[in-house]
Amino acid sequence: MKAIIHIYLKDGVLDPGGQTIARSLRSMGFDSVKQARQSKMIELDLSETDKTSALSQVEQMCNKLLANTVIEDYQIEIIEGN
Amino acid sequence: MKSAVIVFPASNCDRDAAVALWKITGQKPKMVWHGETTLPKTDFVVIPGGFSYGDYLRSGAIAARSPIMQDLIRKASAGLPVAGFCNGFQILTEAGLLPGALLRNKGLNFVCKPQKLRIINNKTMFTKAYKQDEIILPIAHHDGNYYADKDTFNKIRKNGQIVFKYKDNPNGSVSDIAGICNEAGNVLGMMPHPERAIDELHGGTDGVELFKSVMEAIR
Repeated sequence: MKAIIHIYLKDGVLDPGGQTIARSLRSMGFDSVKQARQSKMIELDLSETDKTSALSQVEQMCNKLLANTVIEDYQIEIIEGN
Repeated sequence: MKSAVIVFPASNCDRDAAVALWKITGQKPKMVWHGETTLPKTDFVVIPGGFSYGDYLRSGAIAARSPIMQDLIRKASAGLPVAGFCNGFQILTEAGLLPGALLRNKGLNFVCKPQKLRIINNKTMFTKAYKQDEIILPIAHHDGNYYADKDTFNKIRKNGQIVFKYKDNPNGSVSDIAGICNEAGNVLGMMPHPERAIDELHGGTDGVELFKSVMEAIR
């Protein structure tokens, strides 16, 4: 079973890297870019076979280490099979 | 005064902190590897600067979950004086001992220079030996942009937990914050490096009073 975790800065938290990407895209002529936000994706291979249990374990991992919930939100996707 | 310095993989100010503590307190500090589970008997702990665990995931995130941190969190919560400088500040926020978080510098640059600071609260156990309101300490960081949501910011401001502010904010931090303490006043985190300003050869000695303040407080 796989877990794909998307970790991103909360709305309103400054993302200077994202701002620089947006500026660079605009300077290349992509005038329609209003904003860019950078985020992280972590993919875990799990030996767990129960989807509910996998989700609950990954939620704990996010709250304890993978995300800093002061500044970040996360979304978890569990994919069954290999 | 007995002191200890926690050493993580890729700490790089641990020896500067040790020299500062040894020189100012007259007693050699204990160096404690992050894999230990119990702190030695000590009056004061420094979490040093550096790039613990290569700043992987987030600055300070992995170090904050090291074995030694469990004991440190327990003892700091019971009143043990602890100071984190630079990466040490990031580790203390990640460990939940200090509120808020440290984001990438607003200008994206790594800033490394002598920095003017204002002492906002000179009654803390880390600042009461300072006679002056303004000091200069070195800064050297990439993730020093202090962030706290509105409620947290209002709370720390009202409680007098804002200890140092920058003059000419170098990193975009909320309200120019350079250093804060916890509500109880025994845990300090700051981005500037007092341990790198304890000898005239460093270019300044404004860091000395911070260590002297701690010594006086626990005497």
